Amino acid sequence: MTAEAQLATSKSEDKMIRLVGVNKWYDKFHVLKDINLEVAKGERIVVCGPSGSGKSTMIRCINRLEEHQKGQIIVDGIELTSDLRNIETIRKEVGMVFQHFNLFPHLTVLENCVLAPMWVRKTPRKEAEATAMSYLEKVKIPDQAKKYPGQLSGGQQQRVAIARSLCMNPRIMLFDEPTSALDPEMIKEVLDTMISLAESGMTMMCVTHEMGFAKTVADRVIFMDRGQIVESNAPHEFFNNPQNERTQLFLSQILNH
Amino acid sequence: MSQHFVPLPDLPPPGNSVGPVAWLRSNLFSGWLNTSLTVVAIYILATTLPPLINWLFISADWVGEGKEACDSGGACWVFVANRWDIFIYGFYPKDQTWRVDLIFAALFVLTAPLFFKQLPGKLYLGGFILFIYPLIAFLLMRGGVFGLEPVETAKWGGFTLTLLLAGVGCIAALPLGVLLALGRQATNMPVVKGMCVLFIEFWRGVPLITVLFMSSVMLPLFLPEGVNFDKLLRALIGITLFQSAYMAEVVRGGLQAIPKGQYEAADALGLGYWRKYGLIVLPQALKIVIPGIVNTFIALFKDTTLVIIVGLLELLGMVKASLGDPAWPDVSREGYVFAAFMFWIFCFAMSRYSQWLERKLHTGHKR
Ligand SMILES: Nc1ncnc2c1ncn2[C@@H]1O[C@H](COP(=O)(O)OP(=O)(O)OP(=O)(O)O)[C@@H](O)[C@H]1O
Ligand SMILES: [Mg+2]
Repeated sequence: MTAEAQLATSKSEDKMIRLVGVNKWYDKFHVLKDINLEVAKGERIVVCGPSGSGKSTMIRCINRLEEHQKGQIIVDGIELTSDLRNIETIRKEVGMVFQHFNLFPHLTVLENCVLAPMWVRKTPRKEAEATAMSYLEKVKIPDQAKKYPGQLSGGQQQRVAIARSLCMNPRIMLFDEPTSALDPEMIKEVLDTMISLAESGMTMMCVTHEMGFAKTVADRVIFMDRGQIVESNAPHEFFNNPQNERTQLFLSQILNH
Repeated sequence: MSQHFVPLPDLPPPGNSVGPVAWLRSNLFSGWLNTSLTVVAIYILATTLPPLINWLFISADWVGEGKEACDSGGACWVFVANRWDIFIYGFYPKDQTWRVDLIFAALFVLTAPLFFKQLPGKLYLGGFILFIYPLIAFLLMRGGVFGLEPVETAKWGGFTLTLLLAGVGCIAALPLGVLLALGRQATNMPVVKGMCVLFIEFWRGVPLITVLFMSSVMLPLFLPEGVNFDKLLRALIGITLFQSAYMAEVVRGGLQAIPKGQYEAADALGLGYWRKYGLIVLPQALKIVIPGIVNTFIALFKDTTLVIIVGLLELLGMVKASLGDPAWPDVSREGYVFAAFMFWIFCFAMSRYSQWLERKLHTGHKR
């Protein structure tokens, strides 16, 4: 069964993310062109494509860091409109990990992790700290809790960033090139964290060029070019039998260097 | 086959590169230009410093009753000692000056604990100092409650008034300046932004002396007949609005230094506008601009002397007024030196405090 057929048969209720005819422009520049995408609960999607193809823009639209101008984006049953309450509800449910970590440098690792649960979810400090410590243990850095982000290595910072997002107990995690600012020896520790997260059943959308990760973890790989989704397929099909010539060219470039 | 590693012994540095002689040679006499500059500087110091020290301390008169006590040719500090109460308290009734003392002592006692790191409830103490204390201090100053003798604001003066004007100006202008800076950044609210820009540019465009003059001469023209605004209050409002415009621009500089990623991370966590700024952006931005904030504080502290043109006599005003006293002819040098010394001590303390604060808040290793 192809991915499209799978999509058609499953009910729209168990879709965590639905993008329907989404278009976006930066001034006159058409960045996203008619994006249609559905992500089921627990599904793990890897997005790849050449630089400037609109990958970041697309996943940033899902938690409204960018605003789309046409089409519908429905996250966990709630449509993203300019209604601030909807935006805040969705942001509580969607965690995001950035290329450059974006930890808060004036707060310790632990404070970074408990901030949003305490202020947004109103979790008592004791409870928030216990949760934070358990996630810091999961990403294997509980002993760094009292340090400031600037005192950690890049790989450690990115794992803290993942833990910080998880502390909000999100239903969806978005990753925008989480390993591309890291030295090679640190990439593995971050990818391992993401793999164990995937195994726990989290719905994930991940922009990355780590094709090994895509092969082992992804349910579906999406290839974008010039603001369009060119191809969307299961990883085995995607890598061994790409349909579109643009995909074939892209894969030959990144797999043969 | 491996070689055995033998560490070389630590040797002391060569004798001609350490010690006072080496320091002198490398810093003061390293070349002919440096040497001649050093010689000129030593000459200037040698000719000016001894007479100055002599006038200030050695042949100065410290104790006595009137001008007659000053006969040794040095500075007449008897004048300052004699006028001390006026310089510090203005025309505040003599038997009531304990109230002023109490206000400053209380401020000192209240702020001291803030300097120690581990202390629970620091936030509450800070809030108390910022919001409750000024009210109590004001009531204590003015009297008329708790059976305290009322003292009208026209009698407030001297260094007390300097501290009051500067303190209120700084403390009230900071939150106002932050709000104005945020307003100026609000690109999605053009009306708010426009109003903030207009406000800031207006107040930055006029000199403080004009503001004070307008507040005392022009404002009454616009007010309905019989409405009588306190002169001190008008000056305070003028100073605060003026200062807030400067503060806004300093804070805006800090806001611009915060990377976009910080805003995005806060947004992605769902913090919302006020928490994003209050917990993430402002703590970092204000820390960056501490030197700028203290700079404007120091400037304001010295600018308070301008209130003399609306008839308020702060420290310098009191000194000037005292110089006209026929009982004390020829003491203007002592008066001005004393005023300068008081201003310098406080400005220097502020500058040191800001440096200490910067070091304390440094979490460092920014990437
Ligand atoms: N704020 C912006 N204003 C104008 N144009 C933008 C803006 N952000 C991105 N773009 C443009 O939109 C296009 C898509 O950008 P996007 O960041 O989504 O690409 P990407 O696929 O994530 O690329 P990369 O792999 O380099 O991260 C690019 O051509 C970029 O120049
Ligand atoms: Mg990108």
